[in-house]
Amino acid sequence: MSKKNTTASRLSSQYQKENRTAMVWKRLKANRGAFLGLIILCIMFLLMIYSFIFISYDEISAIDSKNTFQDPSWEHPFGTDEMGRDMLKRTIYGSRYSLAVAFGAVGIGMIIGTFLGCIAGYYGGWVDNLIMRASDVLSSLPGTLLGMVIVTILGAKLINLIIAVGVSCIAGFIRMARASVLTVKANEYVESARAIGMSEFRIIFTQVLPNSLSPLIVTATARMATAVLSAAGLSFLGFGVPVPNPEWGALISGSRNYLRFAPHLCYFPGLFIMLMAFSCALLGDGLRDALDPKLNK
Amino acid sequence: MSDILLEVKDLKKYFKSPRGTVHAVDGVNFTIERGRTLGVVGESGCGKSTLGRSILRLLEPTEGCVLFEGKDICTATRKELKELRKDMQIIFQDPYSSINPRKTVLELIAEPIKFNKLIPNGTETDIENRVLELMNIVGIDERLINAYPHELDGGRRQRIGIARALALNPKFIVCDEPVSALDVSIQAQVLNLLRKLQREMGLTYIFITHDLSVVNYFADDIMVMYLGQVVEKAPSEELFTNPMHPYTKALLSAILVPKVNGNPEHIKLRGEVTSPIDPPDECRFAKRCNYICEGCRDSTPPLVEVSPNHFVACHCIKPGENTLHETIVD
Repeated sequence: MSKKNTTASRLSSQYQKENRTAMVWKRLKANRGAFLGLIILCIMFLLMIYSFIFISYDEISAIDSKNTFQDPSWEHPFGTDEMGRDMLKRTIYGSRYSLAVAFGAVGIGMIIGTFLGCIAGYYGGWVDNLIMRASDVLSSLPGTLLGMVIVTILGAKLINLIIAVGVSCIAGFIRMARASVLTVKANEYVESARAIGMSEFRIIFTQVLPNSLSPLIVTATARMATAVLSAAGLSFLGFGVPVPNPEWGALISGSRNYLRFAPHLCYFPGLFIMLMAFSCALLGDGLRDALDPKLNK
Repeated sequence: MSDILLEVKDLKKYFKSPRGTVHAVDGVNFTIERGRTLGVVGESGCGKSTLGRSILRLLEPTEGCVLFEGKDICTATRKELKELRKDMQIIFQDPYSSINPRKTVLELIAEPIKFNKLIPNGTETDIENRVLELMNIVGIDERLINAYPHELDGGRRQRIGIARALALNPKFIVCDEPVSALDVSIQAQVLNLLRKLQREMGLTYIFITHDLSVVNYFADDIMVMYLGQVVEKAPSEELFTNPMHPYTKALLSAILVPKVNGNPEHIKLRGEVTSPIDPPDECRFAKRCNYICEGCRDSTPPLVEVSPNHFVACHCIKPGENTLHETIVD
């Protein structure tokens, strides 16, 4: 026994077992694009935290009628809007809503959608039929309409907006997860796990899901931007975050009337949405590659 | 002294398809004694793998029962089945799809140990030691313990599959074409490994293959299957020297003999395999058989013991007689 123990300790010193998280992190760092995406997202989160501490609600909602529609200047880097409010502060303040919507809604959609899609794809038969037909119903309703219905029932609050946008992207995730699971479950290692005595549920979550994650990560990152925009659509219709709150989508739709003489009002929130979508996509791609041991270099 | 480990009684596995019921395994009976190897041969699609999976209840059998040490597997509850699975394992055909590509060698081999809690209160080091021990047994170099499957060749991957099966200390292993995806030099290594394990651990195998030379080397008894049914079963020496069923004869004549002017008589089968979808009640081989006698088209021939331990299912062979009534139709 003591001999065996020395074998193990000798080996563990010789072939250092690499921590999985550490390995993924190392590979993510090696991927420049993904790292850039991560940095941009981190900056956005830091700005959001900054806004919680240093920007008060009064500051971004107080009307200053002398300084309306100012072009970007040192004093107001992003200019001011139709009520003379500083756009930089509003944009930064708005990140709390937009980031919450982007990550919250996609998170809800991804968790519920992936779960249902996995069940449907793995079990097949009537379970599959039931879930897929339900998802057909969900995807046949226009997302905005669905969102409006949900917000009407639950009330116009940020959390309800997140739920509304999240629900409307469930169907896409169900489809994606199901398709991916169907290809993965044909592999013999699924059967091999069953031969070991694993329960079906455990097989789904330890064998099938990790191997069908790649397309889901990519879909999730692509949905981020769409989520912010559909939230903007709902806000515009009055079903989202109440008006004076500077959610990015709401900032853009609010400034559309002044597009001709004050285009900067929609440039900056638009730029932020774009940056967020762009860095999410980069990070998602990098994450997918970092999680796949086959792409190890 | 017959110490029967596994008994299969009238096992049937049917699949429903839009065009009818596929009779993948149709009434198979056999027994295996402890420590012996039963070779199952037949062409692709004859139900060999389905048989192997039904025995382990990886597929739910349609009818019949499988007795392992006297316990019926087909009626076992989930909990009993989990216990039984420790004794019965399977080695898969394709080492490229039978191990999870996202796990390291250590995780793959530790999986069955951890999942079945084979080392109670074992620390990570205990499990790692057991994994190292298993890696030594199946012949994977220790330095590969943290490697991923894609970094290994087919032979090593198959060795991982074997180690995973061995991790549970099984008594019985279904080898489902374990070497057919490997190239020839590696085939020999893996076969020798399986043999060594059998000697050392007293394992019992069902060895499924389509390669007759492999099964000749490996098996004690051979069972020849055709379209879900057993057509001939005999000790392997007997089967190779005195094949009786027309299908077995044709199969054996197809083995290449490395000799100048070897293989003088090549029996060629005509036609294609009959469809396994709702087959009529006749000898399933009748359409391709070179010997046709009375009854071939009327009923499925039963498996009869024609000489001690030699079973044949053919209307043209009567018990006690060792030859076919040759009525060659051409």
